[in-house]
Amino acid sequence: MNDKRPFVIIIIISLVGLVLLTKLFMIQVMDDSFTRRAERNAIQRVVDHPYRGLIYDRNGELLVYNNPIFDLMVVPKEFSVKDTAKFLSIFGIEKEDLVTAYNAAKKYSSVKPSPLIKQISSTDFAKIQDFLIDYPGLFITTRSVRSYPTPIAAHALGYIGEINARQLERDSSDYYEQGDYVGLSGMERFYEDELRGQKGVKYKMVNVRGVDKGPFKDGAYDTASVAGINLTSTLDRELQLYGEHLMEGKTGSVVAIEPKTGEILAMISAPFYDPNELTGADFGKNYSILNSLDSKPFLNRPVMARYPPGSIFKIVQSLIGLQEGIIFPETTFTCNRSLVACHNHPSPVNLFGAIRNSCNPYYHQAFRRIINQEISSNTFKDTQIGLDAWREKVMKFGLGGKLGVDMVGEYGGDVPSSQLYDRVYGEGRWKYSTIYSLSIGQGELQVTPLQMANLAAIFANKGYYYTPHLIKAVDGDPTRIPAKFRIQNDVGVDPKHFDLIQDAMAEALYGTANRAIIQDLVIAGKTGTAQNPHGEDHSVFVAFAPKDDPKIAIAVYVENAGWGGRAAASTASLMIEKYLRGQITRPQLEEYVLANNFIY
Amino acid sequence: MRSNDLPISRVDWPTVLVYFALVIIGWFNIYAAVFDGQAAKSIFDFSINSGKQLVWIGASVAIILVIMAADHRLFENLALPVYLFFLVLLLLTPFLGKEVNGQVLSIGVGSFRIQPGEFAKFATALALAKVMERPNFDLSQTKNQLIALGVMMAPVILILLQPDTGTAMVYFALFIMFYREGFPQRYYILGLGFIALSLLALGIENNLYLAIGIGLIFLLLVSIGKRSWKRTLVFGAIALVMIGYSYSIDFVVSKLPPHQQNRIMVLFNPDLDPLGVGWNVTQSKIAIGSGGFLGKGYLQGTQTKFDFVPEQHTDFIFCTLGEEFGWLGSLVVIGLFMTLLYRLVVMAERQKTRFARVYGYSVLSIILFHFMINISMTIGLFPVVGIPLPFFSYGGSSLWSFTILLFIFIKMDASRSQQLGRLG
Repeated sequence: MNDKRPFVIIIIISLVGLVLLTKLFMIQVMDDSFTRRAERNAIQRVVDHPYRGLIYDRNGELLVYNNPIFDLMVVPKEFSVKDTAKFLSIFGIEKEDLVTAYNAAKKYSSVKPSPLIKQISSTDFAKIQDFLIDYPGLFITTRSVRSYPTPIAAHALGYIGEINARQLERDSSDYYEQGDYVGLSGMERFYEDELRGQKGVKYKMVNVRGVDKGPFKDGAYDTASVAGINLTSTLDRELQLYGEHLMEGKTGSVVAIEPKTGEILAMISAPFYDPNELTGADFGKNYSILNSLDSKPFLNRPVMARYPPGSIFKIVQSLIGLQEGIIFPETTFTCNRSLVACHNHPSPVNLFGAIRNSCNPYYHQAFRRIINQEISSNTFKDTQIGLDAWREKVMKFGLGGKLGVDMVGEYGGDVPSSQLYDRVYGEGRWKYSTIYSLSIGQGELQVTPLQMANLAAIFANKGYYYTPHLIKAVDGDPTRIPAKFRIQNDVGVDPKHFDLIQDAMAEALYGTANRAIIQDLVIAGKTGTAQNPHGEDHSVFVAFAPKDDPKIAIAVYVENAGWGGRAAASTASLMIEKYLRGQITRPQLEEYVLANNFIY
Repeated sequence: MRSNDLPISRVDWPTVLVYFALVIIGWFNIYAAVFDGQAAKSIFDFSINSGKQLVWIGASVAIILVIMAADHRLFENLALPVYLFFLVLLLLTPFLGKEVNGQVLSIGVGSFRIQPGEFAKFATALALAKVMERPNFDLSQTKNQLIALGVMMAPVILILLQPDTGTAMVYFALFIMFYREGFPQRYYILGLGFIALSLLALGIENNLYLAIGIGLIFLLLVSIGKRSWKRTLVFGAIALVMIGYSYSIDFVVSKLPPHQQNRIMVLFNPDLDPLGVGWNVTQSKIAIGSGGFLGKGYLQGTQTKFDFVPEQHTDFIFCTLGEEFGWLGSLVVIGLFMTLLYRLVVMAERQKTRFARVYGYSVLSIILFHFMINISMTIGLFPVVGIPLPFFSYGGSSLWSFTILLFIFIKMDASRSQQLGRLG
């Protein structure tokens, strides 16, 4: 009766073994999720943050570097102090602070490190370094913050900060992690990929309580961090510093460009702030203070502020007229003030006289010829055709669209098209009398200070420009800058037409901007006044110098400072002198600018 | 007497070899479970578990020598006194022993402690062998069934007082031996049906589905068999009892202590509470599952030695093996256990006395149960119950009790030619 029972038992044993081996095969060989979960358990990824690249000025002067700061870390379980008084004096900390920090650390974990004293300076670090060995459970971690030996060019250089959720989401390369620092504005942001370097990763093993159990596989998978690439900026530290000195207490922009290369020598946005304020532990606090100010120090005015170009635009009108063969140097118009207001000057004037005297009626009449070329017998249609043809030529001067400077948030300005007027007035219901304000740089025209400085460079170069840029060399190599900055942009006007313009601009200083005149240095300049419905007009001046071999093109905007011949022309002149001569020979003019009292 | 009649030459060497293989592999794994690469200590270091286990192994060898040197009649003669001695010890344990985690498992002096519950296994096996070898002890008779169950249940009740559910459960494995010895088959079918129904009732969220299933089977059985009112009534009654039971088991479970409830629920859904009750099973599966086919290599595991798996050198020692030696290592060890179990069947069947055969099947039953339940719980096939893996797990009591259990049988087997055949 029991003969088959031993076999039943053998079958049971076999079944048990088979079931166990099958289940083991399923979780060990078929399912690899356990491997990943084991790694998440026991292998901790520690990121080795690279040094961010440094930024130098065009002469090799350091603008941005990394300042090491030290955090004193504590592992509460290993930490003990025998002589508390001695400890407090060595580490320069109050007893309450020590107790608070220690308790917080202990609350977090008794076996994982937490900061005991944060942000110790290099000097304090040197003091405590030798004593560290006496205190088990204490060690130092190094971080670095951006630092600025000369606190200038905050807008151009930009700042870095913790990456935000949206940027993280958009990071398709999966390079960034929560808590990483990235460039948030200026060059820091535009050249983030070059500056950031390459993160290193160390894998270490931890036990269930998070205690470090040494490198995983003896560091076989670890990678070292690679420091970021150093950049050379086109900025001239001295000129930038001097420009900020002049713009102290004012609102406005100064942009200086080397015409032959498009390199931005100085770019001042006033009011400005000390870039050191946006580093380290006080970033958040200072950021919200600055952000709440009515003066909007974060507004990067050279590329974000928009003004009507004003009288300076008359030069563009002249060049288009000359190139079109519609007006000639000898073309004269009477200063008919019933067309548009003007000031007292001899009349009628030829082109030279019109530029020199900034004659409004001259351009009212000249612009009509440019627009209404009687291509269509319908004056409405004719105006529409003329405007769009003209707009295309204006845009070649780098207006009405982003120049493509290496900054984020650039505003492209505005040159109106026929569609705009069609929208406002209805198709076929507007003509020259509707748009004549454009002739003198008013109306719907909008430009940025950077575009104005670029115009000055075009006048200096007799018809071409390089896209203004802040990058001079990547890792010391000028050929590694973005290719678009090495392409010459032609504005479509024959260079011969510029001679008269340059002469008139040089001549214009006498009378309109006497303050700008420098002895033995010919400056070609043009004042402008940007009308401001909210208060005093903005003072504008563009210039280049020396006239025969231009080394600097400049645009200066001083808001609410009235006529261009005073604040803007004086500031531009001092900047030119500083850059070309290296020193200031007119202390009284400097005092005049610094006094900031231009309305009288 | 010829030399090949000496007991030593009749020792079943394959079994002895498998035993030592398991003990030594276990010892290496105990070392791996506590190995710390940053403060590596020798496997022989007595301050760590592997060093201590070596002492237990040494003592086991001494125990083996004593057993092999003893007179084979001794076990039969001492069976009942030894059984009674351990019953008294178990009775005294709750009063004399040391309480750990609400359980009183061990008694002893100073650091020398033993767990009577472990040793009572071989004593019970001997006592059952002694009782059942009486002539005409037929397990199909109710009286004899009650005697055998009584001998088995006495230690179970005392162990449940400690309380140690896991160890108490082990004794029920003796039903395998009872089966071989003629315990009626219908009880097993009933028991297995009961277990299957319980699992279904617990595993299926809505008992209504189960009730519908049972009802459908009832209709099927009634419709295909011969039509009779009596048959229909019997099947209907059984179906109703099953449905009633399936509804009541959830109620019964809800009356269990919370930690046992949780252990049961985690079996059906290990992700129920991965950081709480499910922690052991989850981490254990991660450790074993991450081993892959070939394992991470000896001492290269991370899950067990860094304490992610609790009890990693005792009840969860299989995790270290699974992690560091992978499926292949698991195959080798499971293969060794199965070899041992097959061998025990062969050895038990060749005994000339019922005493030795009953004892042999008891040994097999207990080792099979431990092996099955311990590995099943590490891979989430069975609720976590605190029973060790024989010969493998760290601990003197466990190693010694299994050594005594197994080697008494090896000794009996070696001496079988000297026994007078009394098989009935």
